[in-house]
Amino acid sequence: MSGYSITEPSAGQKWVAGVLVALYALVTLLPLAWIVATSFKSPADSIAYPPKVIFDPTIEGYVNLFTTRTRIPADQIDSLPPPANFAEQIVRDQGMMITGPSRYGARFLNSVIIGFGSTFLSIFLGTLAAYAFSRFRVPLKDDLMFFILSTRMMPPIAVAIPIFLMFRSLGLSDTHLGMILLYTAVNISLAVWLLKGFIDEIPREYEEAALIDGYTRFQAFYKVVLPQAATGIASTAIFCLIFAWNEYAFAVLLTSGVAQTAPPFIPTIIGVGGQDWPAVAAGATLFLIPVVVFTVLLRKHLLRGITFGAVRK
Amino acid sequence: MAEIVIRNLHKAFGDFVAVKESSFTINDGEFFMLLGPSGCGKTTTLRMIAGLELPTSGQILLDGKDVAQVPASGRDIAFVFQMFALYPHMNVRNNISYPLRSQGVPRAEVRRRVDEVARILGIEHIIDRPVGGLSSGDRQRVALGRAIVRRPKAFLMDEPLGALDAEFRERMAEELRALHDRMGATTVYVTHDQLEAMQMGDKIVVMNHGVVEQWGRPQDIYDFPATMFVAEFIGSPPMNFLRFEASLEPGAETVVLSGTKVPLPRLEGPATSGRYALGVRPEHVRLADDAAFRGMVIATEYLGTTQIVSLDTPNGDIKCRIPSSQPVRTGERVGIRFDTGTLSLFDAATGHALALDRASPGEDVRRGKVRIHG
Repeated sequence: MSGYSITEPSAGQKWVAGVLVALYALVTLLPLAWIVATSFKSPADSIAYPPKVIFDPTIEGYVNLFTTRTRIPADQIDSLPPPANFAEQIVRDQGMMITGPSRYGARFLNSVIIGFGSTFLSIFLGTLAAYAFSRFRVPLKDDLMFFILSTRMMPPIAVAIPIFLMFRSLGLSDTHLGMILLYTAVNISLAVWLLKGFIDEIPREYEEAALIDGYTRFQAFYKVVLPQAATGIASTAIFCLIFAWNEYAFAVLLTSGVAQTAPPFIPTIIGVGGQDWPAVAAGATLFLIPVVVFTVLLRKHLLRGITFGAVRK
Repeated sequence: MAEIVIRNLHKAFGDFVAVKESSFTINDGEFFMLLGPSGCGKTTTLRMIAGLELPTSGQILLDGKDVAQVPASGRDIAFVFQMFALYPHMNVRNNISYPLRSQGVPRAEVRRRVDEVARILGIEHIIDRPVGGLSSGDRQRVALGRAIVRRPKAFLMDEPLGALDAEFRERMAEELRALHDRMGATTVYVTHDQLEAMQMGDKIVVMNHGVVEQWGRPQDIYDFPATMFVAEFIGSPPMNFLRFEASLEPGAETVVLSGTKVPLPRLEGPATSGRYALGVRPEHVRLADDAAFRGMVIATEYLGTTQIVSLDTPNGDIKCRIPSSQPVRTGERVGIRFDTGTLSLFDAATGHALALDRASPGEDVRRGKVRIHG
């Protein structure tokens, strides 16, 4: 086919658009690439000036991230038994010995439990609430929806002190449950509003057809509405997860030990044994992985979700 | 298959009354049309029969059992939606088999019945396709398949041809009617298209503002409309109304229009007076030079074998349908005569038809025994 088309961009336009997108991607990805690169540098390379783009990669940062170490006087090092593995060798080369695992693993696991737990809870409650708001005659529906939205009208951190006091008297401070409830409370308004929009777009006739076909209301919801809402659920889940995963202020304030998530923990690594930037970068790099994996798995839905409703089918 | 009796069915949404104390009966095996303009309550009525809305009061007897408050899943009826409502995440076969799977029909039996339905509807070639890419006609057939496969007590259809283009609608209407004739299934069909209703229905209910205006055979509704609304809603062009004031005696056989006597079937019922409308279908108006009632031709529309002539009369504008071969000139004054036996008389205040004795003089007039000297 040849000739001029008003809907199809020309080859030149596509090329320009491609270059612009590539440039934008480069600008956005550069800091991430720098973090990943730093995580494989030695401490000396990481603070070298001018910055080193080409360097000898090492996993010292990762070893330091997962271990606690103590410095050993040079004359005593030789009296130690030979290093049992490569990690110990790396540490020994720095003039130190491993004294135990770091708390990064536990903090990371806390982030997983709290991030995914609150995302699941937000989506679970949000879908049910959104379905009810979308389909049933709820008294004071508009007021309730506005009330739900209003919980997002100030920055959550503005109520940090009341929440801190509340958590203390309820015994929720520094617990997984407390953090899951908190992040769910923050995310639920977003979830209800987004999901209501998605469910509103699903014609009622689908459920009605299922009701007529002999299914109960709940079966119709589960078997017909949910698959149709998958796109909305996936994109909402990503937004909820990103918030809960990255949240820093409440995590600093309300967690210190058992339930501490990775974001407040990662900066503390730097204090262990000097300016250990590679270990911090390693912590940040690993911390990126779950969100990246989750987003990539759901990216098909995410793209559709963001543009959903823009085009009538 | 089943008989459906609607008794004093009433539905209010808050202050708004969607359906008001409606009653009618759908006989076993009938193709039954719910006809009316949009917002008249026909779809709400259908949804109440389906169980998608629960009535505020009244009864719905399905084979003698009152199901008015039974949810849709417990009624064993099938519903065909205007927008088809095929499950978009399933292919054709799964869409059709979905109602059977809810009933726990064994797998082999499901397969057999779906194949049978696909053969009846001529959609075997698309049985494994996703529903997304189907033409609207094929979607409609799949929706029908999903309804048929269950062998339900009744089929309910909400403007099922509304989403199809005109040419295809014609064909689908024939297919639907043929399918109904073959299966003999009780079918309730909602439409706002009076031609569709007349063409397909065994019986028609005409609704307006939540009220049943009239129900009966298409011929009866067309020939003897019970209200002025029905008279106007059905027929194209609609029934003409010649408005006049009079005092009517029981047994009267003429009315006087602007000084001219017009014969009509004998009036039954008590004496009344007030404003009335004489109803006459366009095809029952004749142009006759010797008729005393006169009007002026204001427009003509050529329709092939017939033409529609608009006439200005002392009792209002009317339209008549006459053969195209009859020469008519705009601006010409003509005599107008009506087929007496076909006339209707309405009380203009209430809109209701007055009872006329169709058996008596009208018949004679129609057979030509009595000359009308209009």
